[in-house]
Amino acid sequence: MNVPLRQMAPDDRVRTTSFNEASARTRLELLLDPGSLVEFIGPEKREISPHLKIFDLPEQFDDGIVVGHGRLDGSPVFVAAQEGRFMGGAFGEVHGAKLTGLLRAARQIRSIPVLILFDTGGVRLQEANAGELAIAEIMRAVMEARAAGVKVIGLIGGRAGCYGGGGLIAGCCSALAVSEPGRIAVSGPEVIETNRGVEEFDSRDRALVWRTMGGKHRRLLGAADIFADDTMQAFRDAARDLIGLVGPFGLDKLRAEQVRLADRLRRFGACEDAVDIWRADGIARAETVPELSADQFIALANRIGRISRDAR
Amino acid sequence: MLMSTHAEESTTTWQRHREARDVRLEAGARLARGKIVEARDATRLLEAVVRPGDRVCLEGDNQKQADLLSRALLAVDLAKVNDLHMVQSGVVLPEHLDLFDRGVAKKLDYAYSGPQSARIARMLFGGKIELGAVHTYLELFARYFIDLTPHVALIAAVSADREGNLFTGPNTEDTPTVVEATAFKDGVVIAQVNEIVDEVPRVDIPADRVHFIVKSDKPFFVEPLFTRDPAAITEGQILTAMLAIKGIYAPYGVRRLNHGIGFSTAAIELLLPTFGERLGLRGRIATHFALNPHPALIPAIESGWVQQIHSFGSEVGMDEYIRARSDVYFTGPDGSLRSNRAFCQTAGLYACDMFIGSTLQIDLQGNSSTVTASRIAGFGGAPNMGADARGRRHPSEPWLKAGQEADPDGSALLRRGRKLVVQIGETFGDKNVPLFVEKLDAIELAEKLNLELAPVMIYGDDVTHIVTEEGVANLLLCRDAGEREQAIRGVAGYTEVGRRRDRNAVERLRQRGVIRRPEDLGINPLDADRSMLAARSIKDLVRWSGGLYAPPSKFRNW
Amino acid sequence: MEDLSFQHRVRGRAGGRRQNAIVGVVASGNLEVLVERTLPDAECRLEIKTAAVGFGEVWTAVIGDFVERYSPGGLRFSINDGGARPDTVSLRLAQAVRLIEEDGQ
Repeated sequence: MNVPLRQMAPDDRVRTTSFNEASARTRLELLLDPGSLVEFIGPEKREISPHLKIFDLPEQFDDGIVVGHGRLDGSPVFVAAQEGRFMGGAFGEVHGAKLTGLLRAARQIRSIPVLILFDTGGVRLQEANAGELAIAEIMRAVMEARAAGVKVIGLIGGRAGCYGGGGLIAGCCSALAVSEPGRIAVSGPEVIETNRGVEEFDSRDRALVWRTMGGKHRRLLGAADIFADDTMQAFRDAARDLIGLVGPFGLDKLRAEQVRLADRLRRFGACEDAVDIWRADGIARAETVPELSADQFIALANRIGRISRDAR
Repeated sequence: MLMSTHAEESTTTWQRHREARDVRLEAGARLARGKIVEARDATRLLEAVVRPGDRVCLEGDNQKQADLLSRALLAVDLAKVNDLHMVQSGVVLPEHLDLFDRGVAKKLDYAYSGPQSARIARMLFGGKIELGAVHTYLELFARYFIDLTPHVALIAAVSADREGNLFTGPNTEDTPTVVEATAFKDGVVIAQVNEIVDEVPRVDIPADRVHFIVKSDKPFFVEPLFTRDPAAITEGQILTAMLAIKGIYAPYGVRRLNHGIGFSTAAIELLLPTFGERLGLRGRIATHFALNPHPALIPAIESGWVQQIHSFGSEVGMDEYIRARSDVYFTGPDGSLRSNRAFCQTAGLYACDMFIGSTLQIDLQGNSSTVTASRIAGFGGAPNMGADARGRRHPSEPWLKAGQEADPDGSALLRRGRKLVVQIGETFGDKNVPLFVEKLDAIELAEKLNLELAPVMIYGDDVTHIVTEEGVANLLLCRDAGEREQAIRGVAGYTEVGRRRDRNAVERLRQRGVIRRPEDLGINPLDADRSMLAARSIKDLVRWSGGLYAPPSKFRNW
Repeated sequence: MEDLSFQHRVRGRAGGRRQNAIVGVVASGNLEVLVERTLPDAECRLEIKTAAVGFGEVWTAVIGDFVERYSPGGLRFSINDGGARPDTVSLRLAQAVRLIEEDGQ
């Protein structure tokens, strides 16, 4: 049963390790074929934030993001994984530049997909403008890479979620996989409550937070394409599946996406709560969706469909 | 005693209290229909029934709070009700202290003030509260029957029928004890209830002990105090848990025990089905508990470790799981938990062979305290659970073995056993404050407040073992105060207390087995990682329970 | 923040052939330890940037015990500390040594 980590067989480790709990580097090591990860601008290069010192804050050698190259079932992939526990996974100048550089390299090469493991609260407040600029540069780099034929796939399931600028970048990706603990949004729950009041959104009602922004709802809404159980194996399978599913990108894709979003707004715009959306979709006993196991939920989501092969 | 036929003559009557109670009841009855009083009349009811200077018990339990009655009491006309002597287990709600600010209450005897520890410290220092004493729960309950009997009890129940039978449900806690003392000594019992029904699911408090019922429009306040998120358990806590299981539970064969709430004990609970199983300990340790329904124990229960649990109170979210596991928990004919703090505290005192829990400070004799310069949390149940029960007479294996270690040379037939009292924790606590100190803050507090006794939670001469990430110290094997001090320094890690150890003395203690390091127990600290936990998240606990456990909102991430 | 640095001579070289390894994350109560095999066999160096100021004595004791126990010869340790407890520091140092002594690149 529970043997110490180091005595566990590698396959068991991939199957049983929680994506949500793992560090960024561990996620990449277990997502990719064993031993295939080659890190770019690794911690030994000491490319640290030039800003944190001003605030007397500790730095991290990789500035909270691991970028590199590896193999998934033998095929090459570029990878980036944010460390959600360092400054909430927030984008800073160096952090953002590493991701921009990776995407630009992918754009040049054209044939290698990019997997981005988001785990972020958005822009690092201490780096303000540099962080905002980084978000903009990354969004442009994602679109340019996609226009060059690169599949850019987001994997979301960490504790920081995918918020703020991260949510914007995720919206630019070719496809997304999300797990139950994962969350995707722009404004965070506390920000909404502060600005709109607790009657509008009670940030301490965690069931509400997850109904609104969490992985299951995002999948049912079509904001994410695949729902994965919270294990490294499930995310590995999801990454592989999405690479296979994503088609070519062009203006017609963008137009189809606009139509999809307009249709979504029309169908569900009057709904007050995610449960209302699920009911409108014809899901029986919609209020029990959060209690469904991963397998039960995936079966339900597949019946609903809404995998946007033809949009984004 | 004089008997007189003349009504005007003053006779010695021995029923004055009963007569006085009847006068109060009559005054209250004017506001009631039968026993039922509207919520909006609650303050007027209290003005009619409570007299200045009364001893009032306001529940005030560890978990549930009679919050409507607290607010009603706070709003009384001070000309009618003032200078009350509050006797209650818990000072929990802000209203409990507002009573003193306002002058409704003057004197206080209580047991636990965790949630109000900062404010009560300020008020005690500021002279706003006349303190009787801080007690343990069982000690306060005992005094309810001798010299702190309430004149009026303000209690919380789930439901009542029109006759006044009360259902107190899973959070029965202190209520039967409070009512017993009050009702049978001519006191008045007023209950707030969540609803009034035709028939209560079970009778926890019989109607003839209840005088007035007030229906609240909101259920009474209850907080989840005994839920620990497995996601927050650290490697250090896992290591201390492994040391406790292998270094104490196993060698003494501890089957009957109480866990103080905390992350280290939560880690122990979650290691039983994994680490404990690998050591072949199922059925040999941790089979009978005096324990609240900790969600962290679910995996061990499901894996067949636990035979029986008696509880002080309940825990939010556990109701359905408890109902489905009546083989393990105490339940009534209605199927829900029946808890009882007084009996569970007694069980912890006499029917358990070990208490294990955490604290904030330990000194060089092993005395421990949760008091700091600015916070007074009271005692709760720990001093009772964490004390050797000298009135105990029945033997058990762990008790006899501990007694023998404490007194190896004494005559076996006259040598009583010892209850295992274990302090477990990491050498540095929250905000990296050291666990081990040369002098307890409690002593400084006693000097400042002019107390007769420093508020010590567990006395050093009751402590049998201390477990930190550095190892296990067996104080039973220490022959004098000097050895005891070095044994404590020897597991105090890199705190100042630990760094000032006599290295040679500590090494000698290690050779005698008084101190055992992880390596001595065959444990590699690098193996203490979270993959060892049977459940690593609240969601895992829900899965283990087959969906029966329904965690409160603040623990959800789905 | 406070900067600390320590140098020790040790019994022997740390095992394995890996050139560098990293463990941990910089967060409150946690730390990262980057270890690089760049020094002569009998030397080891530890450079620390810590958010918890004024604990030099504790670091000295922790590192003294660590170096004595693991003899991490040839290794340079660079630490970013978010205010971790001493036992967490000991644990990460031990994890770092175990990782760099592992077979592999």
